[in-house]
Amino acid sequence: MPVFIPSTLSEATQLLAGYPDAHLVTGGTDLMVEVNFNHRHPDTVISLRKIPEFQQWNIDTKSAVVNIGSSVPYATMEHGELARALPALAEAARTVGSPQIRAAGSLGGNLGTCSPAGDSLPVLSALNATVHLQSETSSRSVAFADFMVGPKRNSRLPNEIISGVSIPLTNGWQGYAKVGVRNAMVISVASVCLAIHDGDVRVALGSVGPTILRCFESEAWINSVGLENVNPSVAQEFGDRVRAESRPIDDHRSTAEYRRHAVGVLATRLLLRGVQL
Amino acid sequence: MSELEHYTLTINGQERHVSDAWIGESLLYVLRERLGLPGSKGACEQGECGSCTVYVDNAAVCSCLVMAATAVGTQIATVEGLNEDGSLTDVQQAFVSEGAVQCGFCTPGLVMAVHHLLDHNDSPNEQEIKEALSGNICRCTGYGRIFAAVDSVISVRRSTSS
Repeated sequence: MPVFIPSTLSEATQLLAGYPDAHLVTGGTDLMVEVNFNHRHPDTVISLRKIPEFQQWNIDTKSAVVNIGSSVPYATMEHGELARALPALAEAARTVGSPQIRAAGSLGGNLGTCSPAGDSLPVLSALNATVHLQSETSSRSVAFADFMVGPKRNSRLPNEIISGVSIPLTNGWQGYAKVGVRNAMVISVASVCLAIHDGDVRVALGSVGPTILRCFESEAWINSVGLENVNPSVAQEFGDRVRAESRPIDDHRSTAEYRRHAVGVLATRLLLRGVQL
Repeated sequence: MSELEHYTLTINGQERHVSDAWIGESLLYVLRERLGLPGSKGACEQGECGSCTVYVDNAAVCSCLVMAATAVGTQIATVEGLNEDGSLTDVQQAFVSEGAVQCGFCTPGLVMAVHHLLDHNDSPNEQEIKEALSGNICRCTGYGRIFAAVDSVISVRRSTSS
């Protein structure tokens, strides 16, 4: 029943090759809830917290991309240079759990768990992020859209470790909004990320489908209308179209009907914020 | 490679040996049940209540969500280590003076959260205080006395430093 704390990525991928059933853990905020409640009983754990490159981030202005290691905590994304580069990610990070959770939780964990309610995931979708995966023998990069394939399911292979993400900068506005049952310490009932790049709107929804949903039809519609023509009634129709693209279900957290309503309101609101109306 | 059924944690500056431990044990469990440090409280076991707040490498985290065996090599600080001589810190004294303690179960976690806030920001505004304490749930006080205690520490520290 070993726990490993590798200090290099190559050591980690070698360990995973030898223990393909090992649980990979960074902050532990998802895994430990399941362990504490006896839903999971790990035999082998590989902690990724000591791998230096997983804790690093940088803004590559030349290629207009932000690279964030998979163990960088949400707390780092909430303020400072990273928050100025990626305001939508900062807003999403600030809604994750509590300060204690944000000091431990990371994008690597959100991607590994791949819950449709994962707060960072709509941002990664709307910003066309790429997920980097490393195995003992190879590395590959996958578009977020191809990474998340279902509720709590992703295309990571058993011998691969999520090493980080690359998030293209946008030259327009970006923002994130979330509805939950209270203001702090809450799991998303519905969430929306809207980003504008080269005058084009992109919108992604969380907690209203089996995966994060990109609203390509609504995007095409608003981009044919043109951002310069957005007014409150256009924004309302945009919200209605986004609502129609959502695929929510009833569950213990909310109803499909309310979620459908909420994503429409959030999309309208974000579009108006995006054009400063 | 190290198989960590036996491991050593650094807690409040001291090396503490943990033996015959199951790897799934949380840091909270190890602190309370194996190492005789019951100051950190266990309530929700899912990171929602903050009563188990400790510092790991200076980050305030929920010890119920830290797998203890993965915390080898970190600096762990618990509420027991705030004042080595066992006297009350200014935050703890303010909680007493302002009546911020009722059942007391949330208090150690709140004290840790308040110290962490004020160590990083000596003049937080109301919003910053509320956000910093949003991960610590108190079901007795309604928070008014807790915020009064925080305000009292801020003003006392300000008057003593000027």
